[in-house]
Amino acid sequence: MADFYFSLPPLLRGFLQGLAVVLVIFPIAGASSLAERKVSAWIQGRPGPNRAIVPWFAAIPFLGRFLQRLGLFHLAADGGKLLLKEEPLPGHVHKFYYTIAPWLGLIPAFTTITVVPFGAYWDSAMQTMHPLVLANVDIGILAVFAIGSLGVYSVILAGWSSNSKYPFIGSIRASTQLSSYEISMTLAVLPVFMWINSPGSDGSLSLARVVEFQSGTHFLGGLWFVFLMPLSALIFLIALFAETNRLPFDMPESEADLVGGFHTEYGAFKWSLFFVAEYAHMIVGSAVFVVLFLGGWNPLPWVPVASLVHWFHLENLPFVVGLVSIAIFLAKVIFMIFFFMWVRWTLPRFRYDQVMRIGWRRLLPLAIANLIFYIIAIALLT
Amino acid sequence: MSDLLFFAFTALTAGGALGVVLNKNAVHAAFCLLLSLLGTAGLFVLLNAYLLAALLILVYAGAVVALFVFVVMLIGMQGGTGKPTGRLATVGAFLAFIALLAGAFVTLTREPLPPPVLANMPPVGAELKLYAYQLFTTYLLPVEVSGFLLLVAMIGVIVLAKKDKPEAKA
Repeated sequence: MADFYFSLPPLLRGFLQGLAVVLVIFPIAGASSLAERKVSAWIQGRPGPNRAIVPWFAAIPFLGRFLQRLGLFHLAADGGKLLLKEEPLPGHVHKFYYTIAPWLGLIPAFTTITVVPFGAYWDSAMQTMHPLVLANVDIGILAVFAIGSLGVYSVILAGWSSNSKYPFIGSIRASTQLSSYEISMTLAVLPVFMWINSPGSDGSLSLARVVEFQSGTHFLGGLWFVFLMPLSALIFLIALFAETNRLPFDMPESEADLVGGFHTEYGAFKWSLFFVAEYAHMIVGSAVFVVLFLGGWNPLPWVPVASLVHWFHLENLPFVVGLVSIAIFLAKVIFMIFFFMWVRWTLPRFRYDQVMRIGWRRLLPLAIANLIFYIIAIALLT
Repeated sequence: MSDLLFFAFTALTAGGALGVVLNKNAVHAAFCLLLSLLGTAGLFVLLNAYLLAALLILVYAGAVVALFVFVVMLIGMQGGTGKPTGRLATVGAFLAFIALLAGAFVTLTREPLPPPVLANMPPVGAELKLYAYQLFTTYLLPVEVSGFLLLVAMIGVIVLAKKDKPEAKA
């Protein structure tokens, strides 16, 4: 099967891989919206969505009732409603930008996932793990930051093209907030890449290499970077909340003071695309966090997937190893998405001036101090 | 395939640049600039200069144009008729047009350049380590000077943005 796949022309392979990305991320993003409703209900002590059911399923004893209580059919019901309802096009908007803005949010999210490694398979000939990634480029993290930074245009354009006051304020807030927190985010990951680029090695910003440095079995080699560089991880995580517009940093939306922020004038399918884009950004952000700080696809610190391969004698089953590593990686990503929701329903939203103060006067100096500390520490160690 | 992509990215770059100059609406112009930058980044990728492409998108497309758009929206520059062109500007534009025509004429009629010898050109933009090494050896002075320039600009902005006198406390 693998041989047949590699015999296909590269263009077709690229197309199939791209299709796979969309087919995996889109449903996860959709399921996240249901998960958000369930998690919020659980945190607030409510049952949450538990009514929708397909008539024939309701007849199944126990299972039907269980699925109904789980709220799984609300996902299909929501999607159907958003697809079928009328698409309003307010008369005062800039039609071209208004229409493309929701789609612009999806493109960066789906593009960045191509450079994020999501698993590894065992190469029995080389006796090593090989990362599974759509495009293992040398500039990995830079590509993520570069394409991710284009996501801001979706929100800016949506607010501006709506041609009304509240969306406009939302988009102004978005552009300041996203450019402010990008600086701290970039500074926070620098220590990680200084650590993995020891003097004399070929310099690389590849994300797969970061995981490689967290899959050893001796003390420093197997330590996940969240333990080695806790402050970097914290700063990165806070900046990630700001970059994905999640509470407590969801200034562009702030429905309490801006009605709905940048998407006030949107409805139906276009509106839902903004949320698919938001969840897609969360998935990519969580995946990058897992790769950088949580050991990627390794089950435990000091226990890399390679150890599992030796313990359970999986040397001749590359597909099984690949699936196991992808499952571990996905479990961590899902935990991170749950963490995003947990924080959303626990902390209240910051005020706009607080967001700016935290970004520029707390997080940025902290990120610079952290960077200088690790420059000195790494220089002393190596 | 590569040629097709080259033409696509060139069209994006040149078309975007034209859009920047010809658009009366400042927001449209800013987004044309964004398209032009994306096309340039695509051309860099075709040349295997991934680092330059990523930096171009990260710095210019992601941050600088976003700030342009931000400022344009904030001060509400959305087209309208500008000041009528003065006589000096008309003469200047005419001279620039003549120079452009002359340049195009010379470029189109001269002998084709000899193809570059690849061995003589280190792939500085392609490999991270080589790029960093060049920055800190051959091009150290320009790096330091531009860093100093940015520092001056930053201090200047802080000075300008500060209010002249702290207001009297009530």
